[in-house]
Amino acid sequence: MTLVQSTQPKLQVNGATKVYNTNSGDLLAIDRCSIDIAPGEIVSVVGPSGSGKTTLLWAISGLHGLTSGEILLDGKPVTGPRREIGMVFQDANLLPWRTIDANINFPFEIKGEKPDRDWITTLMHRVGLEGFGARMPRELSGGMQQRVALVRALSFKPSVLLMDEPFGALDSFTREEMNHLVEEIYLDTRTTIVLITHSIEEAIFLSDRVVVMSARPGRIAHVHDVPFARPRSMEIMTTREVFDLTNTIKREIVGDQQSKAAVRRRQAVPVSAPL
Amino acid sequence: MSSADAIPQFNKPAGGNSEVGVTNMSALTAGPGIKSLFDFAIIALVAVVVIGGLELLLTVFAVPQYVLPKPHEIAVALVTDFPLIAPHLGHTLVELFSGFGIGALVGLVLAAVVTQFPFVEKIITPYILLLVTTPMLALVPLLILRFGFGYEPRIIAVALASGPMVMINATTGFRRVDSGKIALARSYGASTLQIFWKIRAPMALPMIFVGLMVGSIFGLLTAVGAEMVGGGFGLGNRLTSYSSMIQMPQFFAVVLILSILGILIYVLFFLLGKKFASWEA
Ligand SMILES: Nc1ncnc2c1ncn2[C@@H]1O[C@H](COP(=O)(O)OP(=O)(O)O)[C@@H](O)[C@H]1O
Ligand SMILES: [Mg+2]
Repeated sequence: MTLVQSTQPKLQVNGATKVYNTNSGDLLAIDRCSIDIAPGEIVSVVGPSGSGKTTLLWAISGLHGLTSGEILLDGKPVTGPRREIGMVFQDANLLPWRTIDANINFPFEIKGEKPDRDWITTLMHRVGLEGFGARMPRELSGGMQQRVALVRALSFKPSVLLMDEPFGALDSFTREEMNHLVEEIYLDTRTTIVLITHSIEEAIFLSDRVVVMSARPGRIAHVHDVPFARPRSMEIMTTREVFDLTNTIKREIVGDQQSKAAVRRRQAVPVSAPL
Repeated sequence: MSSADAIPQFNKPAGGNSEVGVTNMSALTAGPGIKSLFDFAIIALVAVVVIGGLELLLTVFAVPQYVLPKPHEIAVALVTDFPLIAPHLGHTLVELFSGFGIGALVGLVLAAVVTQFPFVEKIITPYILLLVTTPMLALVPLLILRFGFGYEPRIIAVALASGPMVMINATTGFRRVDSGKIALARSYGASTLQIFWKIRAPMALPMIFVGLMVGSIFGLLTAVGAEMVGGGFGLGNRLTSYSSMIQMPQFFAVVLILSILGILIYVLFFLLGKKFASWEA
């Protein structure tokens, strides 16, 4: 039994399918997505916008249910938000009327618990935000705000960290900095991470595996291994291997969009028989 | 969902431009502020020129007092007759505070209910629209018939005039919440009530202040109007009585008091907005 547990995936996504019922009809957002994620693994998800990445992540987080299929966390179905899962949203998503400290306390307020001061201080120090607790979010740069969001997400010591295009709004230098920070934190905590990103570079630098989603309906089209030891340096980004992988993934995303566009064109303009 | 957004925003004029002063949050955050002594000196100078010029013009053209009294006559009337006017100011304030207090409270509660139960909104929206579009002054003769010449008809009219304004603005505010922040709260298992108090309410605060400001000004208008319709007290009553006796300096003194009252209300909500909603840039 212990043996089974030790090899058990941290997260299992089994045939995840979600249909949105909209005013203009049903929309199949993700279709039979399946993947097992090992404890301590970092998996990135890339794909054209609208390919259902956020839909998949929200299902994993328990923020919404699936039409069919299931999500298992440590072998148990996820039916709602779980404290083992930390979430970092697109843009920092801080509450602008609260100070940084109050933003970090927010989850504890909701749960009616005392914040773990020592851990939060450690985190704030780790991300270089000590002394900023009394500031308001608007006084912080985008990168700093996203650091606060990271601290907030890690404040419960989650075993899974979900991130939805967390650094999409940052300039490339700040983004690189944040990538290193995530790796450092990962090396400290060995948290399982699922990261949605539109930066193939970021995906490759951070992950053990990169998942490529296809455009609507969102399906897992390809999964690539990224076999580099950690800590990684930016040097690896200039290797032949990474170069090829980047191009492959780019082709997969762009090719998918082009072929779908071609189908749409064919459907839109019926081919008239040449006379 | 589309029905949930159906309440039109009456605080926004159809044209979209103009009236920034009363109806837009920028009025609360970027409102008047005297930056330096120099600014102050210019403002004072312009005021002196305007008032002095008026005094001069009225004197030169020998405008009779019953048409338009001179500024200094108004000032004198304001000082000498203030003890006579003060009790009426008190009555107007009682009507305004109680009517606006009731109206704002009911408006806020209704806005909260409507936000949580969109179905309720469908039921009450027509009545709210009716209340907003009908001048409540029209009801005052009827209310007087039923309640007599005391405070009651006025307080009811003020509440009916200000409540819907507060409600509509507060509803807009409660609705404005972006789904990311609600998702954030839900990801920590927040209940509907927690989401309301910790996300919706603080996000709505700037709009609530706008609603309170517009509502209280509407309340003041209605209180004074109702006093003019009937009953022997209140600033509105003074206006009709002074004008019928052609005591124009006193008449304008009352007008001045009303202006100051309106400005004080505006400044009050401006300061409240600055204090509690300054996070909104
Ligand atoms: N709440 C929703 N209701 C209806 N349709 C939605 C909803 N959320 C997302 N969609 C649609 O589902 C598809 C996938 O969206 P999403 O998961 O946000 O994709 P991505 O994150 O990859 O850009 C899109 O076509 C989007 O318009
Ligand atoms: Mg997305």
